[in-house]
Amino acid sequence: MRTWLRQHRQAIAAAFGKLAAQKSAALLNALVIGIALSLPAGGYALLSSLRDVTQGASLEPQLSVFLRAEARGPEAEALGARLKGDARVNSVRFVSREQALKELQATEGLAEVVAALSRNPLPDAFVVRPKVADAVDLDALAGDLRALPGVAHVQVDSAWARRLAALAGTARLAIALLATLLAFGLVAITFNTIRLQILTQRAEIEISKLIGATDAFIRRPFFYLGALQGLAGGALALAILGGSLAALNVGVAELAASYGSAFRLAFLAPGDALAVVLFSGALGWFGAYLSVSKYLLEIEPK
Amino acid sequence: MISFSGVVKRYPGGQEALKGVSFAIAAGEFAFVAGHSGAGKSTLLKLIPAIERPSGGAILVNGQNVGNLKRSALPYLRRNLGLVFQDQKLLYDRSVYDNVMLPLAFGELAGREAARRVRAALEKVGLLAREKANPVQLSGGEQQRLAIARAVVNRPAVLIADEPTANLDAESAAAILEIFAAFNQVGVTVLVATHDEALIGRFAKRVLRLARGSIVE
Repeated sequence: MRTWLRQHRQAIAAAFGKLAAQKSAALLNALVIGIALSLPAGGYALLSSLRDVTQGASLEPQLSVFLRAEARGPEAEALGARLKGDARVNSVRFVSREQALKELQATEGLAEVVAALSRNPLPDAFVVRPKVADAVDLDALAGDLRALPGVAHVQVDSAWARRLAALAGTARLAIALLATLLAFGLVAITFNTIRLQILTQRAEIEISKLIGATDAFIRRPFFYLGALQGLAGGALALAILGGSLAALNVGVAELAASYGSAFRLAFLAPGDALAVVLFSGALGWFGAYLSVSKYLLEIEPK
Repeated sequence: MISFSGVVKRYPGGQEALKGVSFAIAAGEFAFVAGHSGAGKSTLLKLIPAIERPSGGAILVNGQNVGNLKRSALPYLRRNLGLVFQDQKLLYDRSVYDNVMLPLAFGELAGREAARRVRAALEKVGLLAREKANPVQLSGGEQQRLAIARAVVNRPAVLIADEPTANLDAESAAAILEIFAAFNQVGVTVLVATHDEALIGRFAKRVLRLARGSIVE
C-alpha cells in the first residue's frame, strides 16, 4: 500500500513536472479548454438566472377580462355569472378597480406614480382560468369573451411566460448539445496532448519497459497529466465565466433598475461550479486514457 | 538457471535467426555468447527477457518458461534480470543518479534505502563521484559503466549484456569485463554477447559460439 501511494505521489509530481516544463503549452491548452467550457457554463448560468425569474410567473393559461368603466354593479355581476357558466372556464375571480390599484401601489417603484394620479384609471376585471390550454382554443375563448357586453379588453396573460419557458427549454437543449460537442473537443485536445507527450517520451517508456516497469506505472503520470490539464481548464472556465458575468452585470443592473428590479446574472451555485471543474478533470483523464491505450501498447523495447 | 531447448526464432519474412538452439547456464556461471555479426547473438539474448518471443522450443529462466509468459508478467521477469546494451539506453535528460534510481522507482524500495542502493551501485562501477553529472558528460566507457550500475541496482540474479564493449577501446572494454567478472564472483550469473575474440581470450570462461543461428561450439 505504501509503495502504491508512493508511486501515485511520484506520478502526480511527474505530471506537475511536465506541466511546469512546458508552461506555455500547458497554459494554452488549459485556456482552450477553459474558453470552450465557459460557453456552456455561461449559458447554464444565464438560464439559471432566467429560471429564477420565470419561476415567479404562472405558466398556467390565464385571461384577464377588463370591463368598460361604465359596466359596474349589476352588469358586472351578470357578466361574472355568464363567465362562470361557460363550460370552457374553470374558475373566475373578480378584481375590483380599487383592489387593482392597491396591487399596483405595492409594485416596487410604482407607489409614487400611483400616488401622483388624480383618480383611479384602472377598470374592474375578471381573472379567468380556463379549462383549455391549447393556443387555438384560448384564442377562440378570448374572442368570445371580447364579444360579451361590458367587456373592454381581453388579455391572454400567460402567453409570454409559456413562450419564455419554451424558449428556455430550447436553449437548455442547445446548451446540452454545445456542452456535448465541446466535451468531445476537450477529450480530443487531451488525447492529442498526451499523444505528443508519449511520443516525446518514447525512449523513456521503452527503457522503463525494458527494466521492469509495469504498464500501470508508465500510464499513471499521463493520466494525472490529462486530469490536471482538464482541472486547470475547468478552473479557467470558471474564472472566464466569473469575469464575463461581472462585466455583463454592469449593464444588466442598469437595465433591471429601469424596470425597478434588482435582477443580476448569477454565478454558478458552488455545487455546479465544482461539477464543472470535476467534469473537466474527468474528461481530461478520459482523453489521456484513450491516448495512452492507443499509443502506449505500440511502444515495445527492441 | 537459464536453459534453451530447441529454440527457434523466425522473424516475419521468414528469416530464421536461431535454428534449434539448446544450452543451459547454471546459477553463478559466466559465459560468453560469441559469433560474427548476424550469427544470432542479440536475438538469443533478447529471448531471455522476452523482448523477442521464440517461434519454437522452450526457454526456462529460474524454471519459468518465458516464451509463454503473459504480457502482464513481463515486468516482474525483467526486474530479476540485469540488462546491458551496446547503446546503453540511458536517459540523457536525467542525472547519473536518477538513471540508476529508475529501476527502483517501481519497486518496493524507497527513501534512504533506495538512495543507499543507488550509491552502492555507482561505487561498484566507479561513478559515485559523477552522480550529479549528465550522462552526455561521461565517456563511452563511463556510460557503459552507468548502464551496468542501473542493471545491478535491483541486485538481479542474472546479468545479460549485449555487445557491451563494442564501441569501446581495448582498455575500457577490459575494464567493463572486469566489472562483470567481479559481479560473477559474488554469485551473479553473467551472460555476455561479444564478437571480440581477443577479449574472450583474456577471460577463461565458457563460450557459446553461434554461427548462422546454431551453436557450433
